[in-house]
Amino acid sequence: MAARPAAGWRQQALPVATVLLAVLLLWYGGAVGLNRAGAVERVFNNGPYTLGQLVATTLNMERPVLPAPHQVLADLVSSLVDWPLDSPRNLLYHVAVTAQSTLIGFALGTLLGMVLAAAIVHSRTLDRALLPWIVASQTVPVLAIAPIVLVILGSLGFSGVAPKATIAMYLCFFPVTVAMVQGLRAPQRIETELLHTYAASRWQAFWLLRLPSALPYLFPSLRVAIAAGVVGAMVAELPTGAQAGLGAKLLTGSYYGNTVGIWSALLMSALLGLGLTLAVGGVERLALRQRRPA
Amino acid sequence: MTAASAALQARRRHVRAAQAVVAVAGLAAAALWWAVPPAGTVDGGPATALVLALLAVLGLAGWSVQRLAALDHHPAFGPATAALFGLWVLYLWQVGVTLFDVPRVLLPAPAFIAQMLADRWDTLLGDFVQTVLKAVLIGWALGSALGFGVGVAIDRAPFLQRGLLPLASLTSTVPLVAVAPIMVMWFGFDWPSKAAVVVLMTFFPMLISTLAGLQAAGKLERELMHSYAASYGQTLVGLRLPMALPFIFSALKVNATLALIGAIVAEFFGSPTVGLGFRISTEAARMNMGLVWGAIVVAAVTGSLAYALLVQLERRWAFWHPSIRNK
Repeated sequence: MAARPAAGWRQQALPVATVLLAVLLLWYGGAVGLNRAGAVERVFNNGPYTLGQLVATTLNMERPVLPAPHQVLADLVSSLVDWPLDSPRNLLYHVAVTAQSTLIGFALGTLLGMVLAAAIVHSRTLDRALLPWIVASQTVPVLAIAPIVLVILGSLGFSGVAPKATIAMYLCFFPVTVAMVQGLRAPQRIETELLHTYAASRWQAFWLLRLPSALPYLFPSLRVAIAAGVVGAMVAELPTGAQAGLGAKLLTGSYYGNTVGIWSALLMSALLGLGLTLAVGGVERLALRQRRPA
Repeated sequence: MTAASAALQARRRHVRAAQAVVAVAGLAAAALWWAVPPAGTVDGGPATALVLALLAVLGLAGWSVQRLAALDHHPAFGPATAALFGLWVLYLWQVGVTLFDVPRVLLPAPAFIAQMLADRWDTLLGDFVQTVLKAVLIGWALGSALGFGVGVAIDRAPFLQRGLLPLASLTSTVPLVAVAPIMVMWFGFDWPSKAAVVVLMTFFPMLISTLAGLQAAGKLERELMHSYAASYGQTLVGLRLPMALPFIFSALKVNATLALIGAIVAEFFGSPTVGLGFRISTEAARMNMGLVWGAIVVAAVTGSLAYALLVQLERRWAFWHPSIRNK
């Protein structure tokens, strides 16, 4: 469910900007409110203070309960500018690590999902025996088996990007399979019969009719898949004691009580999720640009 | 007539043939089960004869599923095929793991997992109460209620809707569960921090669905309400909220899965020494995979049951809606 671009964005810009401004104001207000107790105790030593001092202190604390937006932004910018790209202090380094496993897993998962969907559409046995389980698995928290995958692959001698990509892969695979099966079955009977009268082979029918008509189903599932893949890759970075990646960055931040660091890592992971989804959306527009909107 | 009865006979023949294949495959499977020695009693790999027998049963299993899948004309054949396939997977998992002596760290046998479930039920029950009954249930109810409430509240403020909707849609692309460390800092290690993560994850889908559902009533019905001189509140309660029910239920269903994922993953970031997510991550680190699989079985069953329950509720409450009647 990505935002619908282009059409009425001018109409939306003002409301969205207003809401964002309200969020920002709430954030600043929350920062003053939540950090007050700590400021009074540690900075003013329970002594007297003016309102101006309170605001100035709460918004610039070393370890705030809730860092102010400008602190997060400053931390983010300084991590991007002050350190070289290959330093673990640079957030882009962690973004690259997470994005790498996400993208590898996403590519493999999508491929697997599409192949399996094609097999299911052409095989009654698979359709009846396997598809119900894949659909049912959507109601199950499959992310929970991530630690098992890590242990299994770890004891088989795989480390580094492979386990993380595997987890991202199986998270991407489920939604793609389900949507692709739906999409490959989307052609109307009259269309399949037309191809039949042309004496088209199964292969030709797949290539010329089923695959093109499946694309509008495929892309929304790809957006879901890549978002799930980012979560999967980040979760996969938690239990291994990994040093790199946004998930590891979040975990070390919470170990050391580095609130500003957690928030900037959080902001960066949000940007990563957004960026990857936008990229999929861009590919979608490119692939479907010749079609009239439904 | 004759054509119809011939078809009927052919159908019966197919059903009987499928039954026979399933029976033969079942007998072969039982024989192999009896012949396989208990794990760890044989050194130097499995006997060739047993491996061949396993391959034969595998072939028979595939054949039986295929025959059953080819049957038609009865609605029970579809679920039966899926169930048979699931049983075969469990069986082959069990026998394969025993026969090839797969280390438990890699893949424990289903019987071992069931044993673990039976032996450590008190541990898992505590985890279930901690994660599902506290974090998931409270967070899910609170997040969904908040999303619904905000959706209804801004129903008359199109400006706010236009501002909130795009941002709310964007949250589906953001790994929201990553706020877990912050929630742990704010609300402590116990379940409130997990419930807070769940509230955040479930709020936006419900908000989006409620807003969409409130637009679902048709122009004709609205004008009818208008001609009755119905007030805004009467139209809302009498027409628009009932029409929004399918949207709300679909959000509740999505949220049920999201809430489980959120609570379990949030526990990976830090938790007291109880909870499904805690159990999964710590026991995996200790290589006690039987209990890890047990916790996952609990989570999976919970997710499926919650979904099934919501489907039943929807059927009962929105039985009059076309989307339910047409099923």
